[in-house]
Amino acid sequence: MSQVRYTKDHEYIRIEGAEGVVGISEHAQQQLGDVVFAEAPPVGKMLKAGDPAAVVESVKAASDVFAPASGEVIAVNSEVEATPGLINEDALGRGWLFRIKLSDAAELAKLMNEAAYADYLKTLD
Amino acid sequence: MRYLPLDASEREAMLTRIGVPDIDALFADIPPEYRIEGLLDMPLAMSEMAVERAMTAMARRSVAAGSAPFFLGAGAYRRHIPASVDHLIQRSEFLTSYTPYQPEIAQGTLQVLFEFQTQVAALTGMEVANASMYDGSTACGEAMLMAHRLTRRGKAVLSGGVHPHYAEVAATLAHMADEKITRLPPDVVACEDIAAAIDDETSCVIVQSPDFFGNPRDLSTIAAAAHARGAQVIAVFTDPVALGAVRSPGEMDADIAVGEGQGLGNALNFGGPYLGLFATRMKNVRQMPGRLAGETVDAEGRRSFVLTLSTREQHIRRERATSNICTNSGLCALAFSIHLTLLGERGLRRLAEINHANAVQLADRLSSIRGVEVLNTHFFNEFTVRTPRPSVDLIEALARRGVIGGLPVSRLLPDAGLDDCVIVASTEVNTDDDRAAYAKALSECL
Amino acid sequence: MNKQGRPTRPEDVAAKARATFTGNRALDIEEALIFETGRFDATGVDLDDPAPFQSRLGPHAREGALNLPGLTEPEALRHYVRLSRDNYSIDAGIYPLGSCTMKHNPRLNERIARLPGFADVHPLQPVSTAQGALAVIDALAKALMTMTGMSAVAMPPKAGAHGELCGMMAIKAAIEARGERETRRVVLVPDSAHGTNPATAALIGFSVRPVPAGEDGNVSVEAVKSALAPDVAAIMLTNPNTCGLFERQIAGIAEALHGAGAYFYCDGANFNAIVGKTRPGDLGVDAMHINLHKTFSTPHGGGGPGAGPVALSSRLAPYAPVPFVAREGDELNLVEHAEGTASFGRMSAFHGQMGMFVRALSFILSHGADGLRQASEDAVLSANYVRACLNDVMSAPFGDRPCMHEALFDDRWLKDTGLTTLDFAKAMIDEGYHPMTVYFPLIVHGAMLIEPTESESKAGLDLFIMTLRYLAFAVKAGDRERLLSAPVFAPRRRLDETRAARQPVLRWTRPAPA
Repeated sequence: MSQVRYTKDHEYIRIEGAEGVVGISEHAQQQLGDVVFAEAPPVGKMLKAGDPAAVVESVKAASDVFAPASGEVIAVNSEVEATPGLINEDALGRGWLFRIKLSDAAELAKLMNEAAYADYLKTLD
Repeated sequence: MRYLPLDASEREAMLTRIGVPDIDALFADIPPEYRIEGLLDMPLAMSEMAVERAMTAMARRSVAAGSAPFFLGAGAYRRHIPASVDHLIQRSEFLTSYTPYQPEIAQGTLQVLFEFQTQVAALTGMEVANASMYDGSTACGEAMLMAHRLTRRGKAVLSGGVHPHYAEVAATLAHMADEKITRLPPDVVACEDIAAAIDDETSCVIVQSPDFFGNPRDLSTIAAAAHARGAQVIAVFTDPVALGAVRSPGEMDADIAVGEGQGLGNALNFGGPYLGLFATRMKNVRQMPGRLAGETVDAEGRRSFVLTLSTREQHIRRERATSNICTNSGLCALAFSIHLTLLGERGLRRLAEINHANAVQLADRLSSIRGVEVLNTHFFNEFTVRTPRPSVDLIEALARRGVIGGLPVSRLLPDAGLDDCVIVASTEVNTDDDRAAYAKALSECL
Repeated sequence: MNKQGRPTRPEDVAAKARATFTGNRALDIEEALIFETGRFDATGVDLDDPAPFQSRLGPHAREGALNLPGLTEPEALRHYVRLSRDNYSIDAGIYPLGSCTMKHNPRLNERIARLPGFADVHPLQPVSTAQGALAVIDALAKALMTMTGMSAVAMPPKAGAHGELCGMMAIKAAIEARGERETRRVVLVPDSAHGTNPATAALIGFSVRPVPAGEDGNVSVEAVKSALAPDVAAIMLTNPNTCGLFERQIAGIAEALHGAGAYFYCDGANFNAIVGKTRPGDLGVDAMHINLHKTFSTPHGGGGPGAGPVALSSRLAPYAPVPFVAREGDELNLVEHAEGTASFGRMSAFHGQMGMFVRALSFILSHGADGLRQASEDAVLSANYVRACLNDVMSAPFGDRPCMHEALFDDRWLKDTGLTTLDFAKAMIDEGYHPMTVYFPLIVHGAMLIEPTESESKAGLDLFIMTLRYLAFAVKAGDRERLLSAPVFAPRRRLDETRAARQPVLRWTRPAPA
């Protein structure tokens, strides 16, 4: 069973063995509204945790998606680039943005699990 | 004061409603030591008649271009503007509306912009155009910055045929932004080797056609060389009417086309307001500066227009915007678009043909004067002549004879060793009598 | 993340109005695109055949079609007149866009701008033949110096953001002259700033360091001091600020900046509040752009043109861009080249927005010293009147504090109604008003920024206020439909902005044959 971890910037990373799938959280997609544009990083790019990695835009806002963990980009979701509305429909599923090969699994410990993220959301607003 | 509707008793009533004793109470946040006591050191209010009298007296101190045989271009062109253009742009709903941020009550402006964008794209042979920039020179500078973003490089190569003002604007921006720029020397007869200046750091090559000296240029070979090194080609033009006669930037493989649009619909105005035209390929649209109007539908499914792709712009992306531009040249774009709609394909081609014909006839007349040499092999409506007399002096002498004879190259390029060159332009407003007057005055001055 | 909650897709709203055969609704006429009605061989301009000539275009002649449709003159008139009727305008009603200063545009100024001695003068004519044009530039610059109390005015900038660029380039040049170009690379920008401020700083290689505003909506000397460091080149601060408040500590901020070797750029977008009341130069400002299309009423034209001359302190004046006007005896001359001066160079072709200068000068002469001060006072009075009359039904983030020329409200009063600032704005459209600025400044949730300007009569203001109160009561009474479905009476209902951005259609293309 895969685990999902969250950042305070509302990215998620779904851990699948030595790899992680990155996207924006359900909360983030709701806040953003209709996503009209999504751009994933190029395959092969080395990311450090916290680097701006991808971009998602609504009509009135542009948001950076920061890498939740370090690693090399090994795949991007071209489907979501063509149909950015997938992020609104299924942020944690078909709305994923890119997949990285994790370079430091220890970093994941700093991220929030589902329950911690839910608590964190309650502290906002 | 005729523009201020409130009267003293209303002001008093409003202060009472607000709950303050006097107007000064509303300015209490200004520290007292910084408040102006009394009035600014300026004249008091004037009636409409008095202002008109004062301003008209100032206007009389200039020579209106239309009052003399007039052959000056170099980036601004005197044209016949149909009367309906000026009538329409003075419609309250165009003149006194703001940027169309509430599209439900701004469809007029938005549809005009959509039509304008389509016209500019067609004229330049490009896929997409924005809703206008300040002028041609700033559009050119913005195109350079866009090419830097697209290529992730920071070095521009400028042809020596680019209008000196445009080149200086680009150089200022490059210097301020810590980027490099290579300006090739002034190139009167279009013989420079631009390809040789392109290297693997080059983000873009900026080439004007017809160039500052009047030479149309073939950008195709330059584009091939630039593209082979991963650089963009920015095509510049300073008279939109030229594109009714010469090959378009799009046909010649340019990546970005920028130019001055004043030559359609807009008066000379001593240099502004003008409008910058900016067009590119659709794949580059997210790196484009400026506003864009796009098509959509409203809640009842009716075709509608709205400002779109706004996340590129400063009000959303702030320090990461594609440009800091906000206000553009909307009303000038409207004038351009109306003039072009009145002309249509047939009218634009005919207008371009007349411009060219008048220039050819002028070149033939001038080159028959002893000592006068036309330097261009090819030209559209503007060409460079060399005469035996220093050109600044010559142009002043012609002005004293009532002829505005063109631009002394040395006014814009003082150190180029071109003190004997004059750039001469002709448009549809010039008559055979004008040409005869010019030839006569020139003969007398040499 | 966007927390502004602005819906951009039309909701399922009230039933359609009764359909007409044409799609028209009386005076509201559906107008096709010129590309649908125009013909390639139609023209509204009669042009004679040129006399015979030998082409000198050589191999450069354009061969392919341009695909530009034409219309005859009557068709063109109808097209543009019909389109114009879909627009709101200041001539038709109050246009209370905060920070935009949509005031009355006197028609005298249009007439004067069209005098041949202004409109029909080429920028590169011999200067001996353009003395009147130079005199306008000179006179306007002097008037702006008097109003700002500053040493020089750079006239080339073509709009406010271009003026910001001018001021910041002058600052960069001054810093370079001090040998600190490599070390001073940070510009302080308050959170409440116009987006153009950080965009301008970034455009010329500065990085942006935010400065928070205090609870009272002002930036404090302490906040600036704690952001100041040897790497700071300047601050970009709007005054009066984007919340419509005068920065009370501005002189102290200026002193702190100067003490730390940094410059003070003031965004002059809101100059309309203080003309004739205080002078930015006295407050310690080093550079400030003046939007002639705001304070001095040059028409906004549906998005431009503007003009943004920049007043400069004596510390920055030497670095002003070329060209500038210089007096030589009785004659005016143009200095067009930076060589041999400290000028940072050229930032646009030719000499600035002459057409706007003429209008602005005419506006200034019409008002005079007395009228300009009265205009500022009336603008501030009107904004405070609106604020005072709406304070009990809407919510003001800074309480009862008097504002300058614009009144700011937030959306706390809409909480738990399910309605947004945008809904309220759209309901204003149905009432015949252009909405205020919404969702700006960003630091105030659901911001509504109302700037009535000095151009409104008391009766006009009263009706505007009553209308907003009526809508506010409708909200409180639970009449959500009135707002959610709005506008229903405008030429268009709400637009699908999501579709426009997801599948951008930015030009007309010929439909594929059926």
